[in-house]
Amino acid sequence: MDLTPIYLTLKLAGITTLLLLLTGLPVAWWLSRGRSFFKIMLEAIITMPLVLPPSVLGFYLLLAFSPQHGIGKWLQHTFDVQFVFSFKGLVLASVIYSMPFMIGPIKSALQQLPVSLSQASYSLGKSRWQTFIKVLLPNIKPSLLTAIVLTFAHTLGEFGVVLMIGGNIPGVTRVASIAVYDSVEQMDYHTANVYSLILFAITFVLVIAVFIFNKYQLKSPLE
Amino acid sequence: MISIDIEKKLKAYKGQQILRVKEQFPTGSITKIYGPSGAGKTTLLKTIAGFTNLEKGKIVVNDITWLNTDQKINLRPQKRMAGFVFQDYALFPNMTVLHHLEYATNDNAWITRLLAIGKLEPFATHKPEYLSGGQQQRLAILRALAIKPKLLLMDEPFSALDPENKSALIAELKVVFEELGTSVLIVTHNPQELDGLTDRELRIH
Repeated sequence: MDLTPIYLTLKLAGITTLLLLLTGLPVAWWLSRGRSFFKIMLEAIITMPLVLPPSVLGFYLLLAFSPQHGIGKWLQHTFDVQFVFSFKGLVLASVIYSMPFMIGPIKSALQQLPVSLSQASYSLGKSRWQTFIKVLLPNIKPSLLTAIVLTFAHTLGEFGVVLMIGGNIPGVTRVASIAVYDSVEQMDYHTANVYSLILFAITFVLVIAVFIFNKYQLKSPLE
Repeated sequence: MISIDIEKKLKAYKGQQILRVKEQFPTGSITKIYGPSGAGKTTLLKTIAGFTNLEKGKIVVNDITWLNTDQKINLRPQKRMAGFVFQDYALFPNMTVLHHLEYATNDNAWITRLLAIGKLEPFATHKPEYLSGGQQQRLAILRALAIKPKLLLMDEPFSALDPENKSALIAELKVVFEELGTSVLIVTHNPQELDGLTDRELRIH
């Protein structure tokens, strides 16, 4: 039984979640503060993967990062980096595809905090950064955990986008969801079942953990 | 001396109204501010603290210009460091009573004294959700005092206190204000409750 697809899936979900946590936190914070046309546009773009068919997103990423065109060509010539049909490409696609799952809950939670919390901190001479780290972030812990788990779990289940940009290269881009599809195509239901069960178990444990944690925090798990 | 000359548009039920305040407060004075709901009392305090912007105005505190719209000077709240007691307390849910004070100052002797003033020593390790309304309000006052502000802005600071605790706290605060040389502006719906504490008053229409 080849467990490489499971390992690749977990690796992809871990890296994607970490990257989105680092980039999503400041973006969510910025989006939560006031409204402007630019912010509305950016938020709409971030939300697009929720409603766009994954194959459409994957198709445009494939075009954009193809070594024959635009950005992909430039990256290939300048840095010798190729995103298409590589693990790096999967990470890039996953980050874009799972972005709303990280940014959405964090932004909502920050918006629900009374503005007077930040103001109280500022009046004590604390910078925006200190206020964010010491006051805002600790008070959105349940939503932060929800965002992390949703992002991780959503990346585990990605199919269309990763197939379009990564293909099905064993040991490189063949993640579990693709391995399930591939096994079914080859009528190997036993292997498909094993991969599916592992994915199901991991996702179920994660979601249950969030519900239990948030119950102790007296918050709705989906906040 | 604190000099305030501001003009700010307020959103009101019946269109817009203008908040105009032109006053000078001697250093160390304690002023009660009162007036009808919606007149802009809280907005005045938030404007002085730097939480809201305004169209036209000038605020000078102890010879330092905090705001001058003509000269485009507008100090950030972090630079103004006006102590602020919020009407909703704005306590940090993740911090204990002690953490609130430690977040504001490193002066342990001062923290010990503040806890005694607010009678909160037994609750030092409690988070706000485990404090009564009156205890939360006292903590909000102590946190604002922790930075030893030169100007203290208090929005309905005694509304949740029982008469006994209120008069004891007011007596303690009067001593502290004098010691620190703090100028204080207190917004209240009940001007009589501050008799004996304040030496000036400002009515906003």
